[in-house]
Amino acid sequence: MLEIKNLHAKAGEAAILKGIDLTIRPGEVHAMMGPNGSGKSTLASVLAGRPGYSVTAGEILYDGRDLTGIEPEERAREGIFLAFQYPVEIPGVGNHYFLKASLNAIRSHRGEEELDAIDFLALVREKMKMVEVPEDLMNRSINQGFSGGEKKRNEILQMLLLEPRLCILDETDSGLDIDALRVIATGVNALRGPQRSLLVITHYQRLLDHIVPDRVHVLSEGRIALSGDKSLAVELEKKGYGWLETAPPGAEAAAVQ
Amino acid sequence: MSNATELAELTEREYAYGFVTDIESETIPKGLSEEIVRIISAKKEEPRWLLEWRLKAYHRFAKMLEEGHEPTWAMIRYPTIDYQDMYYFSAPKKKQLGSLDEVDPELLRTYEKLGIPLDEQKRLTGVAVDAVFDSVSVATTYKEELEKHGIIFCSFSEAVRRCPELVRKYLGSVVPYGDNFFAALNSAVFSDGSFAYIPKGVRCPMELSTYFRINAQETGQFERTLIVAEEGSYVSYLEGCTAPMRDENQLHAAVVELVALDDAEIKYSTVQNWYPGDKQGKGGIYNFVTKRGKCLGRRSKISWTQVETGSAITWKYPSCILQGEGSVGEFHSVALTNNYQQADTGTKMIHIGAGTKSTIISKGISAGHGQQSYRGLVRIGPKAVGARNYSQCDSLLLGDKCGAHTFPYLEVKNSTATVEHEATTSKIGEDQLFYCQQRGISEEDAISMIVNGFCKEVLRELPMEFAVEAQKLLGMSLEGSVG
Repeated sequence: MLEIKNLHAKAGEAAILKGIDLTIRPGEVHAMMGPNGSGKSTLASVLAGRPGYSVTAGEILYDGRDLTGIEPEERAREGIFLAFQYPVEIPGVGNHYFLKASLNAIRSHRGEEELDAIDFLALVREKMKMVEVPEDLMNRSINQGFSGGEKKRNEILQMLLLEPRLCILDETDSGLDIDALRVIATGVNALRGPQRSLLVITHYQRLLDHIVPDRVHVLSEGRIALSGDKSLAVELEKKGYGWLETAPPGAEAAAVQ
Repeated sequence: MSNATELAELTEREYAYGFVTDIESETIPKGLSEEIVRIISAKKEEPRWLLEWRLKAYHRFAKMLEEGHEPTWAMIRYPTIDYQDMYYFSAPKKKQLGSLDEVDPELLRTYEKLGIPLDEQKRLTGVAVDAVFDSVSVATTYKEELEKHGIIFCSFSEAVRRCPELVRKYLGSVVPYGDNFFAALNSAVFSDGSFAYIPKGVRCPMELSTYFRINAQETGQFERTLIVAEEGSYVSYLEGCTAPMRDENQLHAAVVELVALDDAEIKYSTVQNWYPGDKQGKGGIYNFVTKRGKCLGRRSKISWTQVETGSAITWKYPSCILQGEGSVGEFHSVALTNNYQQADTGTKMIHIGAGTKSTIISKGISAGHGQQSYRGLVRIGPKAVGARNYSQCDSLLLGDKCGAHTFPYLEVKNSTATVEHEATTSKIGEDQLFYCQQRGISEEDAISMIVNGFCKEVLRELPMEFAVEAQKLLGMSLEGSVG
C-alpha cells in the first residue's frame, strides 16, 4: 500500500526528515512514536501533500504510484486521509455542508453516485453514533467553538464517512481524556480491515492499548531509530525516549525492514 | 508553491455578462451643458419645476467641477474623467410601450441572457421587475397586481407624470441636488430609474426589483431611485446591474433616496455586478453612487444589504439618517475586489433621534491586485439619547498583492450612547485550504466555500433567490484570483 524509500523532506527551509524507509502493507496498523521535534507530524504532512513541505530526496509510493507533485485533493480522493492534530476552524461553513461536499467529491472521483441530502443524513447519523458526535455539532461551523474532544471526534467521524484506504492519525489522542480516547479508538477499530492501513502517530502508549498496532516505529532526528512489535511501545513508555540514544546498534539495524 | 499558480489560473474567469445588444438607440450629442439638461428634460416632457431643479443641480455641478471639487478623499485612483466626452442620454428607440409585447425582442433577449425573464415566470418567483436599459425604463411587470394594494411601482419618468406631487415632495429630500459632486451630476442629467410608493399600512406582497443595464458605448448611466414607505408599510426592494465589456471606462453615477415614515420598513438589497474591467485593469465601470435612506418616522427601519462584486471602481456609502425616535438603520455589505478593482465603500449612520439603533456588518474580500477600503461614519447627535451602534468590519485577503483598509469615523455628542466597533483582517488560511483539500475538495471549491462562509452573515440577509445568485457570483468573481 505505502512504500517510503529514503525519504528526505523539508518543512519550509528546515531539513526535518533525513532518510526514512517504511513499508505498510494492506491491513496493517503501524504506530509512529518519538520525541517532540523528531519529525512525526512532518511525515504526516508530507504524505498528505501539505503546502510548505517538500520532498528533497527519496520517494513515496502509494499503490506503486509516486506521490511527488500530486495535489492534496487528488491524494485524498485516492484514499489518503489525515486526521489532523489541530483541525482548523472555518467560520460560516457548516459542518454538515462540508462533510457532504467532501464525501460527494470523493464519491464522484470513485465513479459513485453523489448522495442526496436524505441519504447523506441517514449515513452521517449512523456514523455519528459510532463516535458519539452530538447532533448540534453538525449545524455549527467546522470546528468553530468545538472542544478539543469534539474536534478529534469530528475528525474520526469524517474518516468513518469517507472510508479511506490509508488513514494517518496525527496525535489524535493528544488532549483527550480516557473516555474520549476509548470512543475514538472504537471508531478507528471499526475501520480496520484487510484492505485498509493505518499509520498512528502518537507520543504515548496509552492509545496503543486501544488501537493495537502490528508494528511500532520510533522516529528520532528524522530517521526511524527503532522498529519492533507492540511490546516496543510498552518498553518506551517505561524507559522514555532518552534511552534511544544509548540503544545498542543492533536495535537500529532491526528497524529497517 | 503549485498553489499559487493554480489559484492564479482559477481567478482568470471571464465576465459572463459582457455582450452588447445590437439595438437601435437614440442618443443626444456628447457633452454636458445647460442645453443638454434642457434637451433631456424636454425629451421626457417634464414639468417646469423639475427642469428648474435639474438646472440648479447643473449649475452647482458646473461650479464644483470648475473649482475642482471632485472628491479625492477616497482611496481610489483613476485618470481624470472628461465630463464633456460622454453621452448623457441613450434610449432604445421606440417608446411609450403599453405592454411587454411591444418591447424590442432584442432587448428582451438581453434580459433573458442576464437571467431575468420579464414574463410571467416572474409570477412564480413573485418578483415585480422594472428594467432600466441605458437611460430608459423599458418595462415594469406586475403593475396590476401591485395597484390592487395601492402600491405605485414604475419608472421614474412615469412617476413624474402619474404622481408629480409625491415626486416633488420627496425628490432631493434625502440627497439634495448639491449634496456632493456626483449627486449634483446625477440630479442634473438623471434619465430614469425606479419609483416605489407603499401606502399606509400596506405590506408589499412581493419583492420589487430593478435591473439596470448599460448597453450603449461612451454613455454614462445616471438613474435615480426614490422609494417612499408610508406609515406602517413594508417593502423589500432588489437591485441588480450588469454592463457589456468595453475597453473604455464608463461612468455610473446613481442616486437612491429612501424615506420611511412611522413604523415603516424598507429593505434594500443590491447585487452589483457591473463590468469590472479585464485582468490588466482595462475598462470597467466607475460606480460612483449616492444611496441614502431617511428614517423620518418613529420606529421606522431601513436596512441596506449589498453584494458588490463588479465595477472597476466602487465609491459608495449607503447611509441612514435616523431621525425618528427609536428608528433603526442597518448596513450589511460584502464587497469583493479582484484583479485591479478598487472599492472604497461603507456607510454613514447619522443618529439624530433618541433611542436610535444601527448595525454595520461589513465583509471585504480582496484578491489579485484588488484594493479595498471600508469607510464608515457613526455620528451620534446631541439629542440621540441612548443611541446604540454596533459595527463589525472583517476583511479577508487572498494572496499577497491585494490590500484591505479600514477607516472608521466616530463622532459621539451624547454621553448616553453606546458605540461598539470590531474589526478583523485575516488571510484565507493555507491551513483552511489544505484542510478542505485533504477532504477531497478542490482548491477552487474550497476558496468559494471559505469566502461564502466568511460572508454568511450578510448573505443570509438577502432574499432567497438573490442569495443563491450572490453566492455563485462570489465564486465566479474569484475564479483565477488567488495567488
